Amino acid sequence: MIVADQKPIEEILQMLEPYRRVLFLGCQSCVAVCMAGGEKEVGLLASAVRLARKSQGRPIEITEGAVKRQCDDEFNEPWRETIEQQEAVLSLACGVGVNKLSERFDLPILPALNTKFFGEVERQGVWTEVCAGCGNCILHLTGGICPIARCAKNLLNGPCGGVRADGTCEVLQNGPRPCAWVLIYERLGKLNQRQNIENIFTAKDWSSDRHGGPRRRVREDMLL
Amino acid sequence: MSANAEPKIVAFCCHYCAFAAADLAGVLRLKYPPNVHIIRLPCTGKLDALYVLKAFEAGADGVIVAGCLEGSCHFISGNIRAKKRVLAIKKLLPKLGIEPERLEFFNLSSAQGDRFAQIAREMVERVRVLKGGGGKFS
Repeated sequence: MIVADQKPIEEILQMLEPYRRVLFLGCQSCVAVCMAGGEKEVGLLASAVRLARKSQGRPIEITEGAVKRQCDDEFNEPWRETIEQQEAVLSLACGVGVNKLSERFDLPILPALNTKFFGEVERQGVWTEVCAGCGNCILHLTGGICPIARCAKNLLNGPCGGVRADGTCEVLQNGPRPCAWVLIYERLGKLNQRQNIENIFTAKDWSSDRHGGPRRRVREDMLL
Repeated sequence: MSANAEPKIVAFCCHYCAFAAADLAGVLRLKYPPNVHIIRLPCTGKLDALYVLKAFEAGADGVIVAGCLEGSCHFISGNIRAKKRVLAIKKLLPKLGIEPERLEFFNLSSAQGDRFAQIAREMVERVRVLKGGGGKFS
């Protein structure tokens, strides 16, 4: 799923400063699952913003709602009338939802979240990046563990010299994390595919990643 | 309501301890301020951050969350989870212009009627001395 984080409340209050009538619109897909922008979070954030604005002596009228998938016009359309009555919309969807609403409606659509990565639920309250959406999957060769997403240096022929004795990575941005290539080595052993580690990957063609510009997928057979 | 009116306190009480303790305080004829409005929860683990924010929105001047003594939760860890939530809300409150002292988590057992009365008095007094005291959010 797409994992996002709510922006600091101070930043959200600053964005909302010029407005007095705002729709807080959540999304019931990925960001609801990662507890950042679902119906629940809409209620909490709206309550917090109302309290903050009341204590500043500048009350705000907030309408609360959430759509099934904000990245799809079809689900946003029932909200058209409500949206058009607002001064702005605070979107609690990922960046895709914010873009989608901005394309469709002529009023400011403000992002309440910082969209982070494609992740898995590691355990309740913890989400981890495991896919980088590079557009050229090699998971069948690496035991289902992605070195592009899970190696800090995106190495295809790892590990590097930065792997520590306990198998963790030298890059500690979010605390100690296992070296992707140690995980791949161990996993390939379990699958009796350790010979894969001897394959030398050639330089990756990154044009399928964002380096080829914004991506688009068209299925001719599905076009109406 | 004008500022410094009599404070309104909402107390989210666990059915198995604080709620029973409040009942016991009544049976024991213990005096505690009538400004404390009790809402019974099946366990403080049921507490949601939204309950607390809504209480303030509705005009509460202080919020008590009262759960079982640590290790005595009927549902094993509901009180520990609630305490974590309360700590998170206490961090948020100052950013909304609300003093974090207006929210507190307490642990007590169902036999502590006197402790409940004491907590009620303590919270009312604590809120009374804060800027805006009672009626700040009305």
